[in-house]
Formats: sequence, C-alpha cells, structure tokens
Amino acid sequence: MLVAAAWLLPALAVVSLFVGVADVRPVDLLRLDPDAWGLVAVSRGPRTAALLLAGASTAVVGTIMQMLARNRFAEPSTTGTVEFALLGLLVVTIAAPALPVAAKIVAATAFALAGTALFLAVLRRVPLRSPLVVPLVGIVLGGVVSAVATFIAYRTDLLQALGAWSTGDFSGVLAGRYETLWVAGALAVVAYVAADRFTVAGLGEAFTTNLGLDHRRTMVLGLVLVSVVSAVVVVTVGVVPFLGLVVPNVVSLLRGDDVRRTLPWVATLGAALVLACDLLGRLVRYPYEVPVGVVVGVVGSVLFLWLLLRRDTGAGRVG
Amino acid sequence: MIEVRGVTKRYGATTVVDDVSLDVPDGGLVALIGPNGAGKSTLLSIMSRLLPADAGTVLVDGMDVTTTRSDVLARRLAILRQDAHVGSRLTVRDLVTFGRYPHSKGRYTVEDRAHVERALDFLDLQPFADRFLDELSGGQRQRAFVAMVLCQDTDHVLLDEPLNNLDLRHAVGMMRLLRRATDELGKTVVVVLHDINVASCWSDRIVAMKDGRVAHDGPPAEVVRPEVLSDVYDLDVAVHELDGQLIGTYYR
Ligand SMILES: Nc1ncnc2c1ncn2[C@@H]1O[C@H](COP(=O)(O)OP(=O)(O)OP(=O)(O)O)[C@@H](O)[C@H]1O
Ligand SMILES: [Mg+2]
Repeated sequence: MLVAAAWLLPALAVVSLFVGVADVRPVDLLRLDPDAWGLVAVSRGPRTAALLLAGASTAVVGTIMQMLARNRFAEPSTTGTVEFALLGLLVVTIAAPALPVAAKIVAATAFALAGTALFLAVLRRVPLRSPLVVPLVGIVLGGVVSAVATFIAYRTDLLQALGAWSTGDFSGVLAGRYETLWVAGALAVVAYVAADRFTVAGLGEAFTTNLGLDHRRTMVLGLVLVSVVSAVVVVTVGVVPFLGLVVPNVVSLLRGDDVRRTLPWVATLGAALVLACDLLGRLVRYPYEVPVGVVVGVVGSVLFLWLLLRRDTGAGRVG
Repeated sequence: MIEVRGVTKRYGATTVVDDVSLDVPDGGLVALIGPNGAGKSTLLSIMSRLLPADAGTVLVDGMDVTTTRSDVLARRLAILRQDAHVGSRLTVRDLVTFGRYPHSKGRYTVEDRAHVERALDFLDLQPFADRFLDELSGGQRQRAFVAMVLCQDTDHVLLDEPLNNLDLRHAVGMMRLLRRATDELGKTVVVVLHDINVASCWSDRIVAMKDGRVAHDGPPAEVVRPEVLSDVYDLDVAVHELDGQLIGTYYR
C-alpha cells in the first residue's frame, strides 16, 4: 500500500496539472503553447506544489505530535493546536488587517505554540486512564477555543472568513500566494533530521534521560515544529483535518514507529492523500469545486473508522 | 564509583528516602533488597538523575549527576526502571539499537551493530529480533529492555527488578549474564531484587533498605541471616546452607 502510494504520487502530481476548469492538455505543453505554460506556472503548478507541501508536512507533524504526546490519537486538530492557530489568525486580522501574510503566520504560530504547550501541560496533570483521554482533552480544549473564536468572529462580522479558514481549500492557490508553504516543507525536513530524538521521546521521559537526551528540549523542538507547520498551513490554505491522524497511524501499522524509517513514508502518503482528495474535489461536481478540507474530512473519517475497528486493542500508548 | 551522599526524598510529609549514604566502588554486583515501598526505586531514580533529590548529592565517577551533562552521564551509567513501558511499535532490534544512541547519536557504526547483535545473542532474543515489542510476551519484552541497557555499554548499570516476568531459566540466565558483566568486563551492576535467594547466590554485596533507610549492608554471608532478614521483611525467615549456598526459606 505504501509502495503503491509512492508510485502513485508522481502520477497524481502530473494529473493535477491538467485537471481544472481551464483546459490544458499535455500536448499543449509539448507544443510549448504559451497560454498553457502560463496557466501551469501561475496556477496549476503552484496548486500542485502547495498540495504536496501541505499534505506531506501536515502528516509529518501529526507523527511528531503523536510521539510527543505518546498517544496515537494526538494530531494538531485533536490537541487544540489548529483551533488556537485559527484564533490567532482571527485576532491578528481584527487587530491589524493590513499586516502581510508572514506577520499573520507569526501570530497564528504564537497562539498555536501557547495552545499546544497548554495541552501538554494539562496532559501531565490529567490521570490517563485510557488512551482516549488524550484526544478528548485536546478536543475539549479545541472546542472551547473554537467557541471563543466563533463568538469574536460573530461580533466582528468575520464568521465567513473564519469558516473559510476552517476548511482547507486550494482553489485560490496562485504563484505568489502559497510560497510560505515551503517553510512547512523545510520544517518537515528538520523533523526528519531530528527523527531519532522523536522516536526516543516516544519512549517516555525516563528512557529519554537515560539515553542522555534532554527531554524538555526535544519537547520544545517538537512543539515549535508542530505549531509553525500548523499555523503556516492554516493561514495559507486552511485546515486539512484528519490527515495528521490517519496517515501516521496507517504507516505505524505497516512499518512501526521508528520515526527515522517511517517519516518518508508518512510524507509520501500524506502528499498522495491530499492530492487525491483535491483531485476528487475538482472532479466530483465539475466544473464546480468541493474544497479539499471537505473531501479529506469524509475520506479521512472513513479511514479513521477503519483504523479504529481494525486495531482491536492497544490503540493508544498511555504511559 | 558511585557515591551517594545524604540523599533525602520527600513526598509531602512522608520521607521516602531518608538521608541515605552509600558507596558503590567499581566492579561488583550489588543487590538492593527490601520490602515494597522501602524506597529502592526512588533511590535508583535519584542515582540516575531521573528524579531530583530534596537533599544530598550523587556522584558518578566524581561527577554530580544533577549538574553533569546528561549525554556525558549516558555513556557512564545506564538505568532500567521497574515500570518500563513502551507503547511505540519498535522492533526488538530497533529498541536495542537505541542503546547505542549515547555513543553514536544515530549514526550507527559497524561496531554499534556488533554491540547490538551481541546483546541480542546474550539475552536470547535473536528469534524475536525483528518482531514488534507489542508482539512479545512480558518476559521477552523485559529481556529486550535489558538488552538495550546492556547495549549502552556503560561502566555502571542500574537495573530495577530486571527479573520481573522472567521464567526460572531466563532469570538464572540474566543473573549469569550480570555476573559475567562484572567479572569479565569489570562493570558495576546495582540490581533491585525481591528474591533474597537470588541475591544470596549471585551478588557480592547486599544492601537492604527499609523505610527509606539502609538497614543492612554487607556480603551475603552477613546479610542472609535469619535475624537480619526477619528485621528487614518483618517475616520469619530461616536460613539453611545448601550446596554451599545460603538459602532462606519463608514459604510457609
Ligand atoms: N510520585 C509519588 N508520590 C508520592 N509517593 C510516592 C511517589 N512515588 C513513590 N512514592 C512512595 O515512595 C515510597 C517508596 O517508593 P519506591 O517505589 O521507591 O519503593 P520500592 O522500594 O521500589 O518498592 P517496590 O518493591 O514496591 O518496587 C513508597 O511508599 C511510595 O508509595
Ligand atoms: Mg520499586
């Protein structure tokens, strides 16, 4: 399955260049048709790159979050991270609407960092009787933050904007409006470089210390990676739900949890899944588009249910 | 050499480790015994910097464990905790390989691989080497943890109840292995044991804790005595000499 996804990925990426309302055919590119090339350079190419970057990095930080929380159900959208990022984006939009995207990302990151740190701090105090307590804590936290954000958005007439940010959508991606995602991609590479640390962190604090690693520093590094990537993705293309949950779990099931070994697969499968869902969204109601957030939500929840039913026990790692 | 100087640990009003001082010279197998709650695990955790003490210091080869860089200590001292639990799906070989992390930081050399294979051999783990930890029995998993700690190849090894879950043969195998590590490789091993007869037959020295203090300390011949053991465990223990070994009986 993973190998299939790896083979499928380039094919999907190529198809993604040619699917959309405006017609581009491969022959047009071969004939060096300037209009066709223009469309690819300005819209289809960036869109495809954005999908690849967002998919891969979201799935990668899902894995990192699961290692940090030592729980299979932890991912940015079940730990409050995404909700905090959205709140940050909302607050900065109200306070300083004219700020450039980079500044908005910084604000969203700051909120996401604070939120994720809060989540991990709460986790340390809650007795973990079941692995499901971890995502429950995160979802409750996220719910509260979401409610606050909705209230603020309601009072400031920004409900529509909040709704748009909450649903990942790549149809507006154009050259010049997605490049921040390269930051997310670069951070996914950083995560790979530090992969062993995260595997060790997943073994728990005692193992980490015994092996001479600073547990706190690993947590902080992971927190920063998770928060920045989540914020970048949310600000640039909106929330892509479930990806960070489903992809790492599928890979873990097939290949285990040695992050050094699994991360490339996680990135590949994440990119392939988002790309496939986006293509589906473009084709389902052609010539209209269904946002990828919606498609991933549906596909992801089906996959997630399958995972839950398949893994009879031991789905979490409490400890 | 590990030097424990006046170490105290309190939880609220209860003192669980009470002004303990202990020298563990290089080489030798030290058994730490005592009833549940005596403070054995707490002491071991403090000695290995996993837990901060409220008072006192621990020196490993002269270095204070609370101020020395953790990665430096990780090449000198390894610990396996009593409640070792891993939820990650790692294979046995992956886990054992992480024992080399303090030496190679992830860039494993041929020498590291050799260490890993040796540890797998020693603990009888080759048949399961490529299985995930969650697909092992409790005793097999326990052996995998010990293999990881031994693979760390430190001069000092602290093991909290490593015989948990082991059958008779593997328990004896584990003690023989620890004996070899001290005799042939010159390691210092401190091991928490609940079976006083294992402590009696295999260790060079027995430290008995009770209520957070070291109650008795000496070679097996001095500690494995009815009055000493009865005091430590609040239980009548008779001691017999069998085949040249001191064996306590207390079963009924
Ligand atoms: N986090 C904690 N909070 C409060 N009390 C604790 C905590 N950890 C340990 N204790 C108490 O400290 C005492 C010593 O515990 P410790 O684990 O060191 O005992 P032990 O000698 O290893 O016992 P066992 O043989 O059962 O493993 C116990 O009475 C225990 O209840
Ligand atoms: Mg104990």
